[in-house]
Amino acid sequence: MHAQALASRDPRLNRPEPFTPPLGDGGFFQRDRSMHPPAHAPGYKSSVLRSPRQALLSLENSVSEITGPVFGHNDLGPLDNDLIRNYAKDGDPVGERIIVHGRVLDETGRGVPNTLVEFWQANAGGRYRHKKDTYLAPIDPNFGGCGRALTDDTGYYYFRTVKPGPYPWRNYVNSWRPAHIHFSVFGSGFAQRLITQMYFEGDPLIPVWRILTTIPDQDALERLVAPLDLNASAPFDSLACRFDIVLRGQRSTYFENRTAGN
Amino acid sequence: MPQPLNYLKETASQTAGPYVHIGLIPAMAGFDIFEKNFSNVLVTPNTQGERITLEGKVIDGSGTPLRDVLLEIWQANAAGRYNHPADRSTGALDEEFRGWGRAGSDFESGLVTFETIKPGAIIDKTGRKGAPHINVWIVARGINIGLNTRLYFSDEEAANAADPVLNLIEQPVRRSTLIARRSERAGKIVYSFTINLQGPEETVFFDV
Repeated sequence: MHAQALASRDPRLNRPEPFTPPLGDGGFFQRDRSMHPPAHAPGYKSSVLRSPRQALLSLENSVSEITGPVFGHNDLGPLDNDLIRNYAKDGDPVGERIIVHGRVLDETGRGVPNTLVEFWQANAGGRYRHKKDTYLAPIDPNFGGCGRALTDDTGYYYFRTVKPGPYPWRNYVNSWRPAHIHFSVFGSGFAQRLITQMYFEGDPLIPVWRILTTIPDQDALERLVAPLDLNASAPFDSLACRFDIVLRGQRSTYFENRTAGN
Repeated sequence: MPQPLNYLKETASQTAGPYVHIGLIPAMAGFDIFEKNFSNVLVTPNTQGERITLEGKVIDGSGTPLRDVLLEIWQANAAGRYNHPADRSTGALDEEFRGWGRAGSDFESGLVTFETIKPGAIIDKTGRKGAPHINVWIVARGINIGLNTRLYFSDEEAANAADPVLNLIEQPVRRSTLIARRSERAGKIVYSFTINLQGPEETVFFDV
């Protein structure tokens, strides 16, 4: 609280007052852009014509940024988090069965509850079910390649799928993307909106992947790599890997004793 | 050494890639999978407010429209209230309006459209009034971290002139990059916008 504001509220400034912590404005922590790939990253050629060149205008968070869409179980169907069954026509899709699970947290370490997580990926052969994908690996008739989940009260999510394959892309003539799953996450405010990708521990393509290596911070890069989580595997059924996602933290708001945004 | 603060770090952003439609708009990828789908139509027949079509393109540094871009919009309802508990303003909530939608650009023309309502003026937590606007988030192949911008309305000149965010933009000429132009077409109200990623008319993007 500024002295001036105190003065306007209580002219008897010399009277001792108990100190109470200042209420935050509910804004999100400043985004640390050194944790993110820069907009203009020439090693990733598509970024050259698609990156703004003017400085971003820093915007103190207003109600437009600290609010965001609210989703509920009514928005989802019962098979949305099961990529092995949500497009199956006459059997299971081909590939290594895996469980992907983790928590959506904010930078203070709190779970982000009831937030929408969406994911999409190529099939085991590295082919996407997308009319613009022309890679020669076959479409799997039993695999759609997308799903979604709401986190629970603790920020936990999980889904079942098959491990995606690597595939070539036109950056250089011989460029290959490591196996990965795309994630889209909302959080409680629109300023937390994030799209990222999860990679798999031990994949030899990770160090040569030009999009990933544009991240300037080595730790930030490694946090996109999901470790094998044998304890979470289903014996004789599926291996598991764990992927936690961290969204921006939020200064305390009017909701002092409640999880941010709820 | 002092005690560690132990904050976590935000997960790094990655491009949405060329196949973002699979996950977020599967019908555009060419298949039908979910029982319920999100879309570019924000209104139901019972939503309060003036029906508008938002229509525009995102243009790259060569002047070419992006044909694989995805936009999301987030806006207040006709009373200026966001459908979220952190909006403590007094405007009435509209149960028929979530205030959020997403759209992929047309694969040929690059055109992006939304069917929504014109939002009311925003009352901020400080009691400050902001001009009606729509928050926009842009992702695509080649965009490493989602771009945030806003759309204001050309018929709100007085409100725009007083808007605290528009006035943060140092060069008045750049403020116009955020104004959607109102017109009428076949009895419908259309607001047209162009988002330029580069060039002399580069759109103002925010670090929110």
